[in-house]
Amino acid sequence: MAKQRVKFTFEQALIKEPVIWRLGREFDVVTNIRRADVTEDRGWVVLELEGEPTEIERGVRWVQEQGVRVDPVPGDIVEG
Amino acid sequence: MSVLSSSAGSFAKNLRCKECGRVYPLEPAHVCEFCFGPLEVFYDYEALSRVLTRRRIESGPPTMWRYADLLPCRAETAVDIGTGFTPLLRAPNLGRALGLDRLYVKNDCQNPTWSFKDRVVSVATSVAREFEFDTLACASTGNLANSVSAHAARAGLKACVFIPADLEQGKIVGSAVYGPTLVAVEGSYDDVNRLCSELGDRYPWAFVNINVRPYYAEGSKTLGYEVCEQLGWRAPDHCIVPLASGSLFTKIYKGIKELAWLGLVEWNATRMSGAQAAGCSPIFEAWQRQSYNIRPQKPNTIAKSLAIGNPADGYNALQVLAQTSGAAAAVTDDEIVEGIKLLAETEGIFAETAGGVVVAGLRRLVQEGHVSPDELVVAFITGAGLKTQEAVAPALAPALTIRPTIDSFEEALASAYGGPVGKAVLPPGRSGALAGRRS
Repeated sequence: MAKQRVKFTFEQALIKEPVIWRLGREFDVVTNIRRADVTEDRGWVVLELEGEPTEIERGVRWVQEQGVRVDPVPGDIVEG
Repeated sequence: MSVLSSSAGSFAKNLRCKECGRVYPLEPAHVCEFCFGPLEVFYDYEALSRVLTRRRIESGPPTMWRYADLLPCRAETAVDIGTGFTPLLRAPNLGRALGLDRLYVKNDCQNPTWSFKDRVVSVATSVAREFEFDTLACASTGNLANSVSAHAARAGLKACVFIPADLEQGKIVGSAVYGPTLVAVEGSYDDVNRLCSELGDRYPWAFVNINVRPYYAEGSKTLGYEVCEQLGWRAPDHCIVPLASGSLFTKIYKGIKELAWLGLVEWNATRMSGAQAAGCSPIFEAWQRQSYNIRPQKPNTIAKSLAIGNPADGYNALQVLAQTSGAAAAVTDDEIVEGIKLLAETEGIFAETAGGVVVAGLRRLVQEGHVSPDELVVAFITGAGLKTQEAVAPALAPALTIRPTIDSFEEALASAYGGPVGKAVLPPGRSGALAGRRS
């Protein structure tokens, strides 16, 4: 089992979609929300994903396909 | 592993979560286990205030390590390749061009690998050694890679540096020469980010901006300390800083605040303003919306050293902007090139693109009334222009091309600048023209 910390950023159109619920239901991934901020026009959620590495990878790819931006928790790692 | 709290001479006390305030021991950690918020080094300020004096600092080495008491590692084991205490220059010509009476330029081009990154990497490398890591790592497109490679060489550590596979050859040399393991990663910018984040969890290395990031970031405070000391122990009225992750911006402010808390300078309510490239301006964009919610962007600018689409400290930078009544500006690539040229032609300093962003951003902030002509302003120039020559090369060419004869030279001169052949006068140059305009 592996754990991955990620930040999901939702555009306005996706705020009402139960993306995290579906991630946990359709993939063998446990989702554990640690911090979130949702406003009228945008939302972000910092959470931990737990599961087999390949399943987490599949789940994250599916989340991205829904239009959600997925980033590492500390922000961009690549610096100038 | 050893812990820093046992280090004699360091006043670092613990790590604290910037979001929920939870306290952690001084270990290689960067996020709060509870809320995943970023961690920051906290010091024993009471003990510091008992020992730290201007004289103690002034008797230290002419490098950033004169401020070792305010850094999270021991001075005697610091990995110092001569970083810091770079010139703070009065910039009358640039000030005249921008309409500012008291403008200073903090020239951090003069660090060992020619950028301010030496400050943060010097601390990260020192801490990595104290934590007994044997490998230093980072992911970078330029300045950070150069600095990590150089410091690892000096410290006798192994280095693993990840770069995008399509990075220009010229940028690879500045790291490769120090002998790190350079790994070119194929894929998008986001792919490189994700990979490095996962590698940071998997390998027992000191990833300078991941697991030792809280310590690494502290190195930027030394810019704030130096500017105050170089102004005769006075805090500036207004700082203009390039914004990338937002860390440099917040740490310069932290440095100025710490000196005030410790009674080494008078509190001056320094205003903090920032500049970004329009092609990657998530902090500016949020500031403009008066929101603390950063919208990540895909970078598209010549200012590669500032091209961070999802800034780690963007939220904190927005807080500092608000707390200090600062302002933000975003400038186009053309304005960046013009900013580089203006600084070079007026003050003789050749900056990389981030410096162009600062100069062009400052011009914009003055025009919009965010900076007053009588404020004591410090513009932070964080990297040298030889690193990003390609940004300005198309705009620069020899003014005249001649045959190797005096006649040819004098004819070309007369043709370009007027006047009879043999008596033509060279144009005054930008600062000369500015001086003439004033008189």
